Amino acid sequence: MAVMTYREALNMALREEMRRDPNVFVIGEEVGLYEGAYKVTQGLLKEFGPQRVVDTPIAESGFTGVGIGAAMAGLRPVVEMMTFNFALLALDQIVNSAAKMHYMSGGQFNVPIVIRGPGGPAAQLAAQHSQSMETYFYHVPGLKVVRPTTPMDAKGLLKSSIRDDNPVIFIEAETLYNVKGEVPEDPDFLIPLGKAIVRREGTDVTVIAYMGMMYRALEAAEELEKEGISVELVDPRTLRPMDTETIINSVRKTHRVVVVEAGAGFAGMGSEIAASVTEQAFDDLDAPVERVTGANAPMPYARNLERLKTPSKDKIVAAIRRVCCVNGHANGS
Amino acid sequence: MAKTLTRSAASSSGFGVDAEGAKRLLSDMLLIRRFEEKAAEAYALGKIGGFLHLYIGEEAVAVGATSVLRPDDYAISAYREHGHCLAKGSDPKRVMAELHGRRDGLSKGKGGSMHLFDRSTNFLGGHAIVGAHLPIAVGVAFAIKYRGGDQVIVCYFGDGAVPEGEFHEAMNLAALWKLPVIFLCENNRYAMGTSVERALAQTEIWKFGQTYGVPSEKVDGMDVLAVRDAVGRAVARTRQEKIPALIEADTYRYRGHSMRDPAGAVYRTKEEVEREKLRDPIVLFRDKILSAGLLSEADIRAIEKDVNDRIDEAVAFADASPEPPGEWLFTDIYKEA
Ligand SMILES: Cc1ncc(C[n+]2csc(CCOP(=O)(O)OP(=O)(O)O)c2C)c(N)n1
Ligand SMILES: [Mg+2]
Repeated sequence: MAVMTYREALNMALREEMRRDPNVFVIGEEVGLYEGAYKVTQGLLKEFGPQRVVDTPIAESGFTGVGIGAAMAGLRPVVEMMTFNFALLALDQIVNSAAKMHYMSGGQFNVPIVIRGPGGPAAQLAAQHSQSMETYFYHVPGLKVVRPTTPMDAKGLLKSSIRDDNPVIFIEAETLYNVKGEVPEDPDFLIPLGKAIVRREGTDVTVIAYMGMMYRALEAAEELEKEGISVELVDPRTLRPMDTETIINSVRKTHRVVVVEAGAGFAGMGSEIAASVTEQAFDDLDAPVERVTGANAPMPYARNLERLKTPSKDKIVAAIRRVCCVNGHANGS
Repeated sequence: MAKTLTRSAASSSGFGVDAEGAKRLLSDMLLIRRFEEKAAEAYALGKIGGFLHLYIGEEAVAVGATSVLRPDDYAISAYREHGHCLAKGSDPKRVMAELHGRRDGLSKGKGGSMHLFDRSTNFLGGHAIVGAHLPIAVGVAFAIKYRGGDQVIVCYFGDGAVPEGEFHEAMNLAALWKLPVIFLCENNRYAMGTSVERALAQTEIWKFGQTYGVPSEKVDGMDVLAVRDAVGRAVARTRQEKIPALIEADTYRYRGHSMRDPAGAVYRTKEEVEREKLRDPIVLFRDKILSAGLLSEADIRAIEKDVNDRIDEAVAFADASPEPPGEWLFTDIYKEA
C-alpha cells in the first residue's frame, strides 16, 4: 500500500495497463503534450510516445468515434473527455454506436472502450461545467457506468474497466483529484465492476452515496454516531450494472434508507434505488425511502446559490433523523 | 483474385478486366439488383418490416469499389447497405434472413436491414445515424496504422452526411493523422427529399477533400469500370502512402428513399427518373461487354439464371429460418468475459 492522490491512482492504473497490453492507448484533448487538463495523464507521453498517447483537436464526436472504430478493430482505447460536460457532443457515438454495436451485430463486434474524465459538481464552474453527468449514460443498455469514490477505487476500477470487453463510462470528479488514500501498488490489483462496497457498518439506517456525497455522508454518519444513530454507508461504485444485492442486504439489516445524490433528483439515481428497494424489500422497510438530492435547478455560479443547489451535510443529517424517527426512535430497533 | 484485378485496372486504359473479371462485375451487380427486387416483394408481403432502403440504381459503386479490395480490407456503410455487404462477400441467404428478422440472419435477426455486419468479410455495418460511421471508419484506419498493417477501409456514405459535422471531423482527423481510409460518397442527389442544392453551399462534394488536403475526385458512379478505376487508384495510393482519399460517385437511386416513399415522386420529376434510367449501370455494362465481345448473350443469360437461382434460394432460406428465440432478447447486450 502507498498513500497517493486520486489523480496519481488513476495515472498508475493507466500506466500499468498500458505496460501490460500494447493494444491499450490513450486519446483525447490535451492528454499528451499538455499532460492532461487535470494532469491525470502526466508522464504518459514520455513513457509511451505519441502513437499511444494521442492528442486530438476539439472534436468529441469525431475522436470518440475513432475510439469506437479502433475498438471494433481490436484495440483498447481509453478516451479522455476533458470534462464529461463535453461528452454530450459525443452522446450519439456513445449511445447509438458504442452501446449497441455488440447487440445489433448479433454479438459479432464488441467495443472495449473506456471513456473517462471528470464530471459532477465542481467549485463555482457554473451551469455548463458543473453537473452530474452519469444520468445521461446509466439509462442505456450496453454501457457500464462507474463512479469511483476513493483513490483505491479509482485505480482498481479503472484497471477493470480497461480490461472489460464492453464500453465503460468512467466518471471521475474535479473535486476528488487531490483526495489522498491508500492504494495497492500491486499491478494485479483489480476491483470488479458491478460490486458495491459497505464503507461503514451500521445498524439503524442505510445511506447510499458515491463520490463527493459519500464523503459528506461520512461526516453526517460521524455526527449522528454521537447521538446514538448507527449509519451504514453503501457505495455502489458501479451504477450500471448496479449491485442491488448489497444494497438490499443492508436494507434488510437496517430497515431504513436514505439515498444521497448530487444531481437534480428528478428521474435520478435516488429514484432508481428507491424503486429497487420498494420492489425487493418493501416488507423490510420501517419508513419510506428518503432522497437527498441536488435542487431541481441548473448549477448557479454565486457561491451562496451553489451551496443551496448542492446537498449539504445538514440536509443528509436531517433526512437520516427523519427516517429514523418515523415509528419512534430507531435506536435499539 | 481481387489483388491482380487492382493492378490491371490501374495500369490499363481500356477495359481493365478480362472476360472472367467482367463476368464477376456483372454477376455481382445483378445479384444486388435481384436481391433488392426480392426484398421489395417480401416487404410488400409484410415479411420484412421497418425501414427498407433499396440500392437499385447504385450497384456499380459497391461492386466497382469492392472489386479492387482485398478480402482483409474493411468496408463500412450507412443504412442503404445491402449492396455493400453483398459485394463484400456475405452470403445472400444470411443477409435475406436478417432482413426477415430470422435467427440465421447475419446479426441473428437483431439488426435488420439497417444493421448488417459480417465479421467473416470485415464488413463493419450497417449504421443508421447519418454521419456517425465516418469517425468509426477513421478509427478502424487508426487501428490498421497502429498495428502497422497495410489494409484500407472503404467508408460509403450518402450526400446527406456531408452537411453533418462528423463528415468534417472525420475528414480532418483522417487527413491530420494520415490514415488509410477511403471516403466514398454516393451522391445520389437526394437525402430523402432534400436535393444537394437545398442542402449544401458547395454542391461539388469532392471539393471538400481539397480543403483538408485529401486527394479527391468525382467519378461516374453509373460506370462500374470508372468506379473500379478511381477506387483502384485511391486504394493503391492509400495502401502505399497511408493517406486518405475522397471519391464522389455521381449516382442515382431509382426507387424512393425507403419503402415508405414508394414513388419518390414529390421532390423529383418522373422525367428525371426516366432520364436517369437511361444510364442504368447494369444495362450500360452489359451493352458494353456485349459489343466488346467479352461475353456472349448466352453467357449473360447463364449469369442471370445463376443469380436468380441464388436469390430464390436466399428467399427460401429466409422463409424457412425460425424466428430468434425469446431468450435472445437479453443476449449480446454485453460481451461476457
Ligand atoms: C443524424 C440523422 N438525422 C436524420 C436521419 C433520418 N434520415 C435517414 S436517411 C436520411 C437521408 C440521408 O441521405 P443520404 O445520406 O444522401 O443517403 P441516401 O439515403 O441517399 O442513400 C435521413 C435524413 C438519420 N437517420 N440520422
Ligand atoms: Mg443521398
